[in-house]
Amino acid sequence: MIERDPLQRVLYIDLSKRRFWVKYRPDLFEKYIGGAGVASALLHEECPKGTDPLGPDNPIIFAVGPLVGLFPMASKTVAMFKSPHTGNLGESHAGGRSAVSIRMAGYGAIVIKGTSNIPIYLSIFNDKVQFHDARAIWGMRSHVVGRVIREREKGTGIRSIMRIGTAGEKKVSYACVVTETYRHFGRLGLGAVFGSKKLKAIIIGGKRSLPVTDKKRYKEAYDEVFKRILETPSLKKYHDLGTSLNVLPLNKKKALPTRNLEQACFEHAEKISGEHLAQHFLGRRLACAHCPIACIHLAALRTPYEDEPYFYKTTFISYDYELIYALGSMLGIGDPEGMLHLLDTVEYIGVDALSAGVTLAWTTEAYERGLISEKETLGLKPSWGDYKTYQAMLERIVTQPNDFYKALAKGAEYAAEIYGGKDFALTFGKNEMPGYHTGYGGHLTFLTGARHSHLDSAGYSYDQKLRPEELTPENLAQKLFNEECYRQIISSLVICFFARSVYDYPTIARLLSIAGFEFSEEDLKLLGKRILRQKYNFKYREGFSLDNLRIPKRILETISPHGQLKEDFFRKAIAVYKSLLTSD
Amino acid sequence: MARLKVIDAERCVGCQLCMFACQRRMGAGGFAESAIAIRSRGGLSRGLTVIVCRACKEPPCAAVCPVDALKVRKGGGVILLPQRCIGCGHCQEACPIGAVFWNEDTNKPVICMHCGYCAQYCPHHVIALVKEENEDD
Repeated sequence: MIERDPLQRVLYIDLSKRRFWVKYRPDLFEKYIGGAGVASALLHEECPKGTDPLGPDNPIIFAVGPLVGLFPMASKTVAMFKSPHTGNLGESHAGGRSAVSIRMAGYGAIVIKGTSNIPIYLSIFNDKVQFHDARAIWGMRSHVVGRVIREREKGTGIRSIMRIGTAGEKKVSYACVVTETYRHFGRLGLGAVFGSKKLKAIIIGGKRSLPVTDKKRYKEAYDEVFKRILETPSLKKYHDLGTSLNVLPLNKKKALPTRNLEQACFEHAEKISGEHLAQHFLGRRLACAHCPIACIHLAALRTPYEDEPYFYKTTFISYDYELIYALGSMLGIGDPEGMLHLLDTVEYIGVDALSAGVTLAWTTEAYERGLISEKETLGLKPSWGDYKTYQAMLERIVTQPNDFYKALAKGAEYAAEIYGGKDFALTFGKNEMPGYHTGYGGHLTFLTGARHSHLDSAGYSYDQKLRPEELTPENLAQKLFNEECYRQIISSLVICFFARSVYDYPTIARLLSIAGFEFSEEDLKLLGKRILRQKYNFKYREGFSLDNLRIPKRILETISPHGQLKEDFFRKAIAVYKSLLTSD
Repeated sequence: MARLKVIDAERCVGCQLCMFACQRRMGAGGFAESAIAIRSRGGLSRGLTVIVCRACKEPPCAAVCPVDALKVRKGGGVILLPQRCIGCGHCQEACPIGAVFWNEDTNKPVICMHCGYCAQYCPHHVIALVKEENEDD
């Protein structure tokens, strides 16, 4: 790497002792590039076996990569930690200004350990790291705490404010960290880890220039990548409608999970589609730093106050496909305003929308089937489409007034262990299901992906593009494995997955050389495998096994676009995946 | 003379491609020496502000410079003569829209020179290099 590249600086912060120090770790970045690669190496260094995810030894690791600040759409931050939700690998990615701010503050990675005795927030500007008393802002919702810190601190426009809502403070195991109001480290409970450390927020930023190996080649390569991004048709669609453009096509294919996947087609899909939301609610588009696409879509929701005529509040609420699925179709909510209200609640208490929606969907079905009653729900009667009851339940998931809500605060699988209904608890590796009932590929990704996220290997996409004769357990497992390996490189460079078609292996190798890293295409392929194995080693070490993975019965019952799915196919494919992880 | 003009800040999505472009013009990444800034109007839900020199015909920054380091540019705005600049920062205070930025390394101001490089990278038609004759906005 280039000698004076600040990427090699790793900032260590000990919240217990209120100390911080910087180590130069070119070794890490030269070997693993950044992002997922560096973070997983640091996780092995910093997280002892059997660590309590909510204890002081669990590290919060953030890592960015060499292309951040140099090339467009390399703007993601990878967070790693031991997940309080699954008990193994915690990995979550967020955009916004987080990655650029970490890089501009002069760091490639940050490791936070320990636990503060009082609520605090951190400010990090270049070499100045400060611990601030956050007692007065403890108990605040995510948007309010963002406003307070925004107004109190410097660096407007060149900073990132990562914070938790009340759910993180109360250690809801799927609490998220919100950054720039509308982006999230959503999955696997980073918010609860923040809360356990009494860390309410981090503000980070700075300004610097970044060196390249060849100025002329840099500008030429930039122009080429930039042009290709603008010419990619799928990216144009993400600008127009955002990810919510997927609602209608998936519904048409009968792959949109509806009412806890009792169905895969929603009769009100049109009302919560990207098209409908854009026509009736779209108020603003936003972009992550250094991204020309601007896929972030905000609905402007005007709500009348009931106690006074002609008095309204207007709220801007970000919506995406996954949220529409989890808090719309999955809960039978076809009223777009009601869905947006629910999205807003999820946003300000600060929980992962997918886990929250799927947990509420399980709750509704368990209530319908009599596994739980109003005794458990404390008088609430969850029913499909009733968003107000879901809002009230979410508030109780934060306050946890009884054992039932304490269980819901740990997700659908945990609750189903206690109250029954595991066959319809839609969790994979304990993580709640993303919105794709597309066939074997989609569910295999949820099962085998190291994060149990649809983005790990995008099986939903293979379900839609593979020919029927290609859909064998062996072939599918191999394709998903290759995809997950490739995505380790993309998430080590911290490039947004939306730009993956532009950033192919040859392009990556060329851009890395401009940033001072020498990797051949072959090196990158090997490294992808190595990083995936490194992540899996952590999972195995913490007790995860591919052998006893639970496959929720519901996915075998509800017909997919590929017909009825068979458990046998899944088991075979999982076994192939497992062998690919160990073979050379 | 052409000058960089904010055409419609309401179309800004906050991508900051202009800030990166301004720095890249010099062949580097990041934005330490960018002469344009994008920030929210108090949270991203409220929209964005584009801060850049608007090429004043009688620039207050030049008026307060004690060493004549800011030469008034033909067509408005200023050109920095770095060898004269003593880094006092009066120019930065004098600009009411905050368009005089600061390079901490050189301890000298950074002010847009209206080359229009950034506008080539604005995909959302927020800024443009426009030819102005007798217009004085």
